[in-house]
Amino acid sequence: MIEGAAWRRWVFFRFPVAIFLIFLLFPFYWMVITTFRPDGELYIPWYRANYKPLWTWNPTTAHLKYLFGETTFITWLWNTTFIAVVATAISLFCGVLAGYALSRLNFRGAALLGTTIFVTYLVPQTLLFIPLSEIIRTYSLGDTPWSLILTYPTFLIPFCTWLMMGFFKSVPKELEECARIDGATRWRAMLYIIIPVAVPGILSAMIFAFTLSWNEFIYALVFLSSPEQKTVPVGVISELVRGDVFFWGPLMAGALLGSIPVAIAYSFFVEQYVSGMTGAVKG
Amino acid sequence: MATTAAPSVDREIIIGKPKWRPLESEGNLAMLLLLPTIALLLMFIAYPFMRGIMLSVTNSKVGVAGDFVGFENFARLLKDPIFHTVVYNTFLYTFVTTVFKLILGLWLALLLNRNFKFKRFVRAFILLPFIVPTVLACFAWKWMFDPTFSVLNWMLFKLGIIASGQGINWLGDGDLAMLSIMIVNIWRGVPFFAISLMAGLQTISPDLGEAAAIDGAKPLQRFWYITWPLLLPVTMVIVLFSVIQTFADFQIVYVMTGGGPANATHLFATYAYQLGVGTGLLSQGAAVSLAMFPLLFGIVIFQLMYIRKVETR
Repeated sequence: MIEGAAWRRWVFFRFPVAIFLIFLLFPFYWMVITTFRPDGELYIPWYRANYKPLWTWNPTTAHLKYLFGETTFITWLWNTTFIAVVATAISLFCGVLAGYALSRLNFRGAALLGTTIFVTYLVPQTLLFIPLSEIIRTYSLGDTPWSLILTYPTFLIPFCTWLMMGFFKSVPKELEECARIDGATRWRAMLYIIIPVAVPGILSAMIFAFTLSWNEFIYALVFLSSPEQKTVPVGVISELVRGDVFFWGPLMAGALLGSIPVAIAYSFFVEQYVSGMTGAVKG
Repeated sequence: MATTAAPSVDREIIIGKPKWRPLESEGNLAMLLLLPTIALLLMFIAYPFMRGIMLSVTNSKVGVAGDFVGFENFARLLKDPIFHTVVYNTFLYTFVTTVFKLILGLWLALLLNRNFKFKRFVRAFILLPFIVPTVLACFAWKWMFDPTFSVLNWMLFKLGIIASGQGINWLGDGDLAMLSIMIVNIWRGVPFFAISLMAGLQTISPDLGEAAAIDGAKPLQRFWYITWPLLLPVTMVIVLFSVIQTFADFQIVYVMTGGGPANATHLFATYAYQLGVGTGLLSQGAAVSLAMFPLLFGIVIFQLMYIRKVETR
């Protein structure tokens, strides 16, 4: 709490928060304004008197039309959605089961396996993309969505497992014991008692995994080559940049529309997203 | 009567015999549940890792299997001036951005860790840089850094910091380009730090601060002697995650500068990409990205040891 005079609240709270908000959100404003600004206004050097960057009185949809008419943006959106949804589903399936096993069952090597999965969680994608591209090629998965659907779980599963372990640990053991005394098998107790209780955790893992796979870039860049197979980030960079020429209007339109689906998914699950993020950190 | 009793005894025995239920054994159930995860991780992490090591000791190129050459690729890297820049850049980039992300993130977390109007709203919005696709957001930054049409130069001009003749060529000069990609990385990372640290702050009881305030501790003292020590374990874990991601960063540099101008801003990942995918020298690219591993490993071990020390204190 900032105590005392009003000016203190301005200096120590409102002003810094405003600066942070401008710093963090200005690029998005810039995306929006560029999307709707006609080319004639875009390409004015900054030192000219008629450079009025912050607003436009002649909004245009030309860039959006270019994006949908001249590129396969719709296909990229569909590819990205499909890959993100399937990769998330696979990762949740594996992660929930593995998280349950590692947090609630006693077996030899549990601690070692838990540590191993934590370590793979820390392996960055950029460490393995070259050998992986070789492997993708030998399995002739290159340039198909399956190259990404099968590789995205490598960074999603460790994350989901780690997050679910934290959630399962917080479910009291008695709940399961009651079900067992009533005659449920371990399998049924897990499926009908423990997993339903962990639904908030599963939602967190889901929203987080979905945004991670929507945003993934390097695997998509290396494994995909034909324009109609690409995901939004790769499609935008390869089709809207020709050599040194940047089509800034359509580029910003693509950036905006490529960000909106994750932003919407996120806005529905802000709380789950935040608890997923902080849960993974604290876990 | 005796003859009718006998079968019922038999039936009882049959009912009493336990069903064969292999999944009642915790070990078996665990193995079954872990099977898909282990299979995928073996196939797409352990195997590529081995394959990467094998690749890095050959001279294979795209389409050419290549022969065993021992540590020649690594020996070449040690003499490669670009690789020296890469190592220097990566450490500088990781260190500088992590310090700024921590300071700014902590400041923002402390600002937001109170009740005010629109709190949920503000919290949801500040996370945007972290959740939207980095590549797409980087394009907005690249457009903002454009030498001729830069809105940042216009702002500095309007604020009277630069004159109209001396625009800053953000991405055209080696040091400035490095500064630019650091700004973008900080922009992307501050929300993560702020929100995670806020979660850490919420676990600290406000009673402690109030008790200290009654005893006469100034706000700065309350932060330094109460909040900060209690926040340290969470902070260290956040820093660990951030350091790994930053050390292995690819997207920001790839979009903003592509490693240029004149290879001045390459990091491990972008240089590996340029060698392995750009020029097709698979083995050399694999060697560069593998060279990241012992360094990352060292950093992680060091940080984990520090975290353990902090937590057991």
